Amino acid sequence: MSKAVALEVSQTVEAGPVKKRDLHLGDRVFFWILRGVATSVILLLAALTLYLFRLSIPAFQTFGAKFLISLEWNPVSEVFGAGPFIYGTVVSSLLALCISVPVSLGVSLFLNELAPKKLADTMGFLVEMLAAIPSVVYGLWGIFVLAPWLRTTVQPLLGKTFGFIPLFQGPPFGVGMLAAGLVLAIMITPTISAICKEVFRAIPDHQREASLALGATRWEMIHMSVIQTARSGILGAVILGLGRAMGETMAVTMVIGNRAEIDISLFAPAQTMASVIANEYAEASSQIHLSSLAAVGLSLFVVSLLINAMARFVVHRVDSRSAKAAH
Amino acid sequence: MANPILETKEVSAWFGKHQAVRGISFSAEPNTINAMIGPSGCGKSTFLRCLNRLHEEVEGARVEGSVLLSKEDIYGQGVDPVAVRRRIGMVFQKPNPFPSMSVFDNVAAGLRLAGIHKRSVLAEVVERSLVQAALWEEVKDKLKQPGTSLSGGQQQRLCIARALAVNPPVLLMDEPTSALDPISTAKIEELLVNLKNDVTIVIVTHNMQQAARISDQTCFFLTGELVEAGETSRIFTNPQDTRTEQYITGRFG
Ligand SMILES: Nc1ncnc2c1ncn2[C@@H]1O[C@H](COP(=O)(O)OP(=O)(O)O)[C@@H](O)[C@H]1O
Ligand SMILES: [Mg+2]
Repeated sequence: MSKAVALEVSQTVEAGPVKKRDLHLGDRVFFWILRGVATSVILLLAALTLYLFRLSIPAFQTFGAKFLISLEWNPVSEVFGAGPFIYGTVVSSLLALCISVPVSLGVSLFLNELAPKKLADTMGFLVEMLAAIPSVVYGLWGIFVLAPWLRTTVQPLLGKTFGFIPLFQGPPFGVGMLAAGLVLAIMITPTISAICKEVFRAIPDHQREASLALGATRWEMIHMSVIQTARSGILGAVILGLGRAMGETMAVTMVIGNRAEIDISLFAPAQTMASVIANEYAEASSQIHLSSLAAVGLSLFVVSLLINAMARFVVHRVDSRSAKAAH
Repeated sequence: MANPILETKEVSAWFGKHQAVRGISFSAEPNTINAMIGPSGCGKSTFLRCLNRLHEEVEGARVEGSVLLSKEDIYGQGVDPVAVRRRIGMVFQKPNPFPSMSVFDNVAAGLRLAGIHKRSVLAEVVERSLVQAALWEEVKDKLKQPGTSLSGGQQQRLCIARALAVNPPVLLMDEPTSALDPISTAKIEELLVNLKNDVTIVIVTHNMQQAARISDQTCFFLTGELVEAGETSRIFTNPQDTRTEQYITGRFG
């Protein structure tokens, strides 16, 4: 800045406050509109929580904290406990993670570290497109393709080979925990791989060259410079995928078989927190049934919030750490 | 040039169709510091990365010619680039310790890659390398802290220690002090002169004074070619090529 320009700028700035009102009126209006929108979003969320909370009070009053662990859910005798659904949500989500995490890591490492650029771009695009398919379509595919295949081929085979493990015992139904876990795995794989890919891409090349120059093979380089460096980022991606799996409703409701019982076998029908609400809300007639469904919803809401907060915290930590590494 | 430890013959390198290095023949005597100078973009880094076969890791990159390390062609048939990189150390422009590893593990990384896991051996070599890199006194109580918690100059010396740990006969350095403050730079320059006893150093530098201060041989690069190479004092006092003269007198570049 030359002296003259600097002088002019400082004069304009000094002259500013006098005319500020008229000059920035547009800005101020805009600011207030945005502020109003932002506030109403927060209020809406608060109102929603409050409403859910009020709805679920009767259930917690009647069944107490035991509601969360009680295994009986019986609309006829009006005894309600969320145990089977919490079990269903946890097991189906963990099953989905067990399948999806290795696949997602493989996909994102392949796309980012091994594939030539053109192939990586096309494949990356296709994988991300998987995330755009509506979940009801996954559900339909689950019912018409996956479940019959599981019933006729996969489950008999698993039963024959691993039948000594309780997880793979019992009659093959097709629909059930295994089907839900598989559909969920397919649904969360694009999410986890996309985030992992971004995390890997944020690792500067000089980190990879550090290990290559030391005489690392490609695999050793991926381990030392990519996976190790991205540990917390990968964890964040996994937690976000877990959050998605736990909240997924439509597809799970369609393939899980909807039975409010805990069965150790993965072949057996089950039910999750989200699927029981979708399944029973329309026909719930009694006050206590409705309230119990709301209580299930509230529990799911709280758990999802916690999981998302955790993911954010973890991802934030990796961000600030790689920022430090790149000083 | 009686018994060079490192010798290149007509080395050319490409990025796709773009030729960045044009037929460079060069040799380095044992226990010397060899400086590469030249305007930016003239192919110094690319040439350096041909010397440990790192260039070919770039997608679409290609190398021709031969590089002899103790008379053996590292581009010869059946030579494993990974094995080559284990024998030649490299230090980069930006300090790049492994962020997930402690100071100790950073220095031990090359040894572990080579299959050495015995704690007592690692501890001994880590200490020796850190002493060699003039860092031991500063970090001996911080061996378990992350490598990235050190200052920039310390991180760069940590990277030097990491490269030295596997006892390489040759150490390649790509503008190792350009991201550092003058005090850290001076420390590293002093360190390099001392290191000469153990390794042969090929250093790319942007800083002609640095080349003049520490190197035995200076090579001047221009648009991918080696214009002139020779004893440092001779290059700076009596360059044969007018382009070299123009560059060192600051008339271009
Ligand atoms: N990754 C790359 N892809 C394509 N061209 C590159 C790449 N890196 C360097 N180049 C080109 O190669 C030439 C030499 O670059 P470089 O060796 O980095 O020069 P120097 O280290 O002397 O500044 C330059 O023209 C540069 O644009
Ligand atoms: Mg360079």
